[in-house]
Amino acid sequence: MSEEVKLHGAWASPLSYRVIWALKLKGIAYEYVEEDLSNKSALLLHYNPIHKKIPVLVHTGKPICESMIIIEYIEEMWPHTPLLPTDPYDRAISRFWIKFVEDKALPILGRMFNTMGGELEKAIKESLEILEIVEEHGLEDNKYFNGETIGMVDIAFGSILYWLGVNEEVLGVKLLEPHKFPRLHEWFQSFQEVPVIKENLPDRDNVVAFFKRRRETLEATAA
Amino acid sequence: MSEEVKLHGVWASPFSYRVIWALKLKGIAYEYVEEDLSNKSALLLHYNPVHKQIPVLVHAGKPICESMIIIEYIEEMWPDTPLLPTDHYKRAIARFWIKFADDKALSVLRRTLYTTGEELEKAIKECLEILEIVEEHGLEDKKYFNGEKIGMVDIAFGSILYWLGVNEEVLGVKLLEPHKFPRLHKWFHSFQEVPVIKENLPNRDNVISFLKGRRETLEASST
Repeated sequence: MSEEVKLHGAWASPLSYRVIWALKLKGIAYEYVEEDLSNKSALLLHYNPIHKKIPVLVHTGKPICESMIIIEYIEEMWPHTPLLPTDPYDRAISRFWIKFVEDKALPILGRMFNTMGGELEKAIKESLEILEIVEEHGLEDNKYFNGETIGMVDIAFGSILYWLGVNEEVLGVKLLEPHKFPRLHEWFQSFQEVPVIKENLPDRDNVVAFFKRRRETLEATAA
Repeated sequence: MSEEVKLHGVWASPFSYRVIWALKLKGIAYEYVEEDLSNKSALLLHYNPVHKQIPVLVHAGKPICESMIIIEYIEEMWPDTPLLPTDHYKRAIARFWIKFADDKALSVLRRTLYTTGEELEKAIKECLEILEIVEEHGLEDKKYFNGEKIGMVDIAFGSILYWLGVNEEVLGVKLLEPHKFPRLHKWFHSFQEVPVIKENLPNRDNVISFLKGRRETLEASST
């Protein structure tokens, strides 16, 4: 278990941060390798020939791809500080919400980064619907999705909401309003106060600047 | 564990069959409830308020949604006849392919079912690309994705390929050609020979009629 752990990631990627949070929560030592996504390394393409994406976790030389699958692997290899409940039914509910984040929240909220005009308005509307679903069905009365301590669902959703916050600044819109989404808002505040999360976030100004530049490029090419 | 197990499904759905196969492979007794998707029962909407979809497994009164999540729950509650490997790395690889099946293969299958003209041609081309990826990277030299016996990945892909096969008849095209995809073709043949699978398939003619009917409606509405 003490064999080398390497994480290939990208500094501005929410998916990268998910894995960092899981590793840090469990106190697992790892080496971080920054990948340049505009010039992908031969090693990355070797490790992830199908998707050619980060994050990739390499453990004893063997690559694991897809952020939530990486975290599930980490959970099985290092079971202390569990990130999933023990009860099989509760685990099924967690998996349901992880899949919801991956299938719905990630692509729909992600569209706000890549669209303009009418398409952006539609993306915003659909993002609000996603937040409503999670507000109504996801949290119940728990402090975190995982209960009293954060877990995989919190990590999945927390990464999406943090980057939503960045995009809200870039676009000058506000989606996660406390009066509209009281539970989600409170959960997100608590999530960001968890020491491992608080101490492992990208530099806010840098990430806002990065996405501002991307939007400027997008708007320039469309004009 | 002897509490009531109910499966809410639909006779023409690959997702329904995935769960049936898992239950039958493990010899789990269950009651099957056929849902009418054009007139969804209040019970279904209660069990799956977020997606309003089948399949839903109800165990001891508690609903679990999403076919592969249901199977993972079944795997944890009834561990005999395992459908996932025990090795953690192999489990991560299995999860990778389950995600690939549901993110990529399924979406391309849907497009071959629900599009016409140029969009259909594009979907067919993408379908071949997906099959190539699985042919090249997925099976290696194993009899089944899960090794010597079928497991979750086989179930995931098997359901998709069965419905693809039926659609090939409806469209009059052949996609899974043995000379192009020797491994996949051989695997699929073996998969369909597994007794539980062979004895638990929908009536082929009925599915063909059903999909033909849908295609006729689609083509009529697009002219």
